[in-house]
Amino acid sequence: MRYRIERRPEPSALMRVAAPAIATLLTIIVGSVFFAVLGYDPLATLNAFFVEPVSSLNGLSELLLKASPLILIACGLAVGFRANVWNIGAEGQLIIGAIAACGVGLFYPDPESFLLLPLMLIAGAVAGMAWAAIPAFLRARMNTNEILVTLMLTYIATLLLSWLVHGPWRDPAGFNYPQTALLPGAAMFEPFDYSYRLNSSIFITVIAVVAMWLFADRSFLGYKLSVSGAAPLAARYAGFRESSAVWTGLLAGGAAAGLAGMAELSGPLGQLSPQISPGYGFAAIIVAFVGRLNAFGIVLGGLLLSLLFLGGEAVQMSLGLPSALTRIFQGILLFFLLAADFFIFYRLRRLAEHA
Amino acid sequence: MAAKRSEGVGRGRAQPWQRMSSTAAATPPRLAPLASLGSLVDPPLKGEGFAGRGAPLVRGQEEARTQPMTPRLELRNISKRYPGVLANDDISLAIMPGEIHAVLGENGAGKSTLMKIIYGAAQADSGEIYCDGKLIQDHNPAVSRALGVEMVYQHFALFESVTVAENIALCLRGPFDRRALSSRIVELSQRYGMPIDPARKVHELSVGERQRVEIVRCLLQNPKLLILDEPTSVLTPQAVSKLFETLRQLAAEGCSILYISHKLDEVQQLCDSATVLRNGRVTGTAKPKETTSLELARMMVGSNLPHMNVTPSNLSDGPVLEVRDLSAESRSHHGVNLRDVSFEVFGGEIVGIAGVSGNGQAELISLLSGERTHKRVEAIRIGGKDAGRLHANARRRLGMTFVPEERLGRGAVPSHTLWENALLTGNRAGLVRSGFVDRGRAVAFAKNIIERFGVKANGPEAAAQSLSGGNLQKYIVGREIVLAPKLLLVSQPTWGVDVGAAAFIRQTLVDLSRAGAAVLVVSEELDELFEICDRLLVICQGRVSPPLMRAETNREEVGLLMTRLGTATSEKSGLALQD
Repeated sequence: MRYRIERRPEPSALMRVAAPAIATLLTIIVGSVFFAVLGYDPLATLNAFFVEPVSSLNGLSELLLKASPLILIACGLAVGFRANVWNIGAEGQLIIGAIAACGVGLFYPDPESFLLLPLMLIAGAVAGMAWAAIPAFLRARMNTNEILVTLMLTYIATLLLSWLVHGPWRDPAGFNYPQTALLPGAAMFEPFDYSYRLNSSIFITVIAVVAMWLFADRSFLGYKLSVSGAAPLAARYAGFRESSAVWTGLLAGGAAAGLAGMAELSGPLGQLSPQISPGYGFAAIIVAFVGRLNAFGIVLGGLLLSLLFLGGEAVQMSLGLPSALTRIFQGILLFFLLAADFFIFYRLRRLAEHA
Repeated sequence: MAAKRSEGVGRGRAQPWQRMSSTAAATPPRLAPLASLGSLVDPPLKGEGFAGRGAPLVRGQEEARTQPMTPRLELRNISKRYPGVLANDDISLAIMPGEIHAVLGENGAGKSTLMKIIYGAAQADSGEIYCDGKLIQDHNPAVSRALGVEMVYQHFALFESVTVAENIALCLRGPFDRRALSSRIVELSQRYGMPIDPARKVHELSVGERQRVEIVRCLLQNPKLLILDEPTSVLTPQAVSKLFETLRQLAAEGCSILYISHKLDEVQQLCDSATVLRNGRVTGTAKPKETTSLELARMMVGSNLPHMNVTPSNLSDGPVLEVRDLSAESRSHHGVNLRDVSFEVFGGEIVGIAGVSGNGQAELISLLSGERTHKRVEAIRIGGKDAGRLHANARRRLGMTFVPEERLGRGAVPSHTLWENALLTGNRAGLVRSGFVDRGRAVAFAKNIIERFGVKANGPEAAAQSLSGGNLQKYIVGREIVLAPKLLLVSQPTWGVDVGAAAFIRQTLVDLSRAGAAVLVVSEELDELFEICDRLLVICQGRVSPPLMRAETNREEVGLLMTRLGTATSEKSGLALQD
């Protein structure tokens, strides 16, 4: 019996709904076999991976705390990805945003001012945009590859951060630890409850998701960007400037990443140190694609990836799974998700036997 | 065989131009375009395939020969389904040795699919193929070539940066001697009257010469059956008659030829028998030389042909489009530079630009549309305003609209719906308000185009890529016309469009111009240009001829300009094009 993969005439609506469920089911089956073969109880492991992390209020708080920057950055990046502008340096833009916000927080003359937090917010966004403006300028004017430039600028940002916290901005009262002084209270987002870390910066993400939806689904600028991404020749034919797509795409990603950096700083961290992000800028790229570059898809993708982070840590601690195993399991889930998505647009068809 | 060969060489060396003009004079100008046959269609024809259906008839005609022969190739009940279409439905046909057999049909009739099945590049879902009486099993192109079946595709598969000989060597199996190969190429190409130099790089060759390379490549394999897919679509009238001589000579030597075309006059000139396809089915078989073009056209189209109505034009006072001494370097590596192009288009007329593709049309149209800008602002004037440096968007504000030759990816975004594609150029027609898309209006706008221009589509929510080529073209033409342009640029308006839709599009262009708009049409189809244009320009090697009044010129004059305009300045290419 022979089969062939062929494109569906129309994307399947049924598969669109069924794909995530099928992917989850397959992951659970394959994952169970995988854990069982390695000598771990599959049920206990899956429970520790997916259920325990979110079965307490603190767990939920952590889930949202980690999902928030992922979703925020992914929304910004998706604007560019829709136009085929590949900003993979959100990590660097996040760091620069955090540095600028920290600079304002530390050196603003009145540490009690209620203006401090809004000023830091603006500083974070503007700095992230400025960092992203470098590849935008180079791409629009000199047609350099924005993938390389954004990535390399991430290393520069990391080194700049390292220099600041080891040198000029190091806390004089910090026992020589490479970190800045703690920010004043007025520079911090208020947590909803002091027992948990989740704070009001999550509203920035909520606003970003709505803005992203309006922009991508309803605005003419978003439409132009999607034309540039889907058919560059059609964009030129219609007279949409390629450079405007490049600028919009990169600046949106830079602003979102800068804001995320600022929110990390003014939220759970409270000071700059060399490790201000566990790779949110890179993970957000996965979130954007798992969410199909769609605002609400990104929300689900962000929550999923955040859960994978938490679950991975949880099974390492509670069951002693090696970290490599948790990463393999995460990989299995992402693999099935993307593979199931494939069947929204394609199908298997049985070929007639030759007589 | 030996006698024929020497004769072949002799014929190949006759003075080409003399022979050509005499051929042209001897052939009655039965070159009227399909759609213009409409006026002749009044007497109704009864029945569809007047010669019946299927292979037996073709075989019957062959019985006139001395002995009953096995067909070189026989197809029995071939069917092939693609997602959403039945491309071939129960097709049977037979080709005798030495026969030139046409497969005639409109674009989308299933011709190309059938050829791919014969060549083994696609597998039939059901049906059988016999070669010299033997059933072919597990078909693929390698099997075909082992059996002596060779195919010249419509789009050539040549590597541009290497020489002719190297390109041909790539297709040979086993070791070869390059010098011997080169002399074989020279000998073969001379023998069949289509000289090519094996040492030249392919990118230097004209389209006609590239086709020769493809044909010589096939001939080197001593084919028993040669398949040609729309071979004349890129050739000048003169090059077409050269090609036909080669094909006749090949057939006389016993090679069967399967000739795929939608051009009736060519099939009538060249072919012994024809199988006509429509919507994937055989609608008739015929001997083209004994059948009127009207009957053939009816089998192809299946209904009465539409009637064109071209009224006299009424010109505006000043030109709507002025092009003055426009020169530009091509941006692509193998493109053509434009040199001192000057012309004008007035409101109320249609001006056509004729020429073999790749002579600067792409460069010219992208400069006119604003997809590319020009540093001399006065080189292009639209509606009396300097427009050289304006981008496409700004030129549209001056009243220009444009139908490009590529529909998917340039004129429309393939994955977007029709209403989203309406926004592409229709965005200034009130579809965007304060930066947000007005979906309701965009959908209404798209619906209006679909209804007014008879676009067969699953409503405004259908994706552009789900439409057939002809329907998408109607939609794009409709979108650009609904915007009420003062100047409409159209490139290849009816490429790959079926006869009915093509006639409709042409009539729409005529009506638009008669309503006062200036229309510029770039096309490779001379028939089309002669049918709708008031004046003709010819482009060759990046130069544009002075305008010719349609009523005062003819195909031969235009055909000569199509090849000769460039010779004064580019001797090498000029020579290449002459032979």
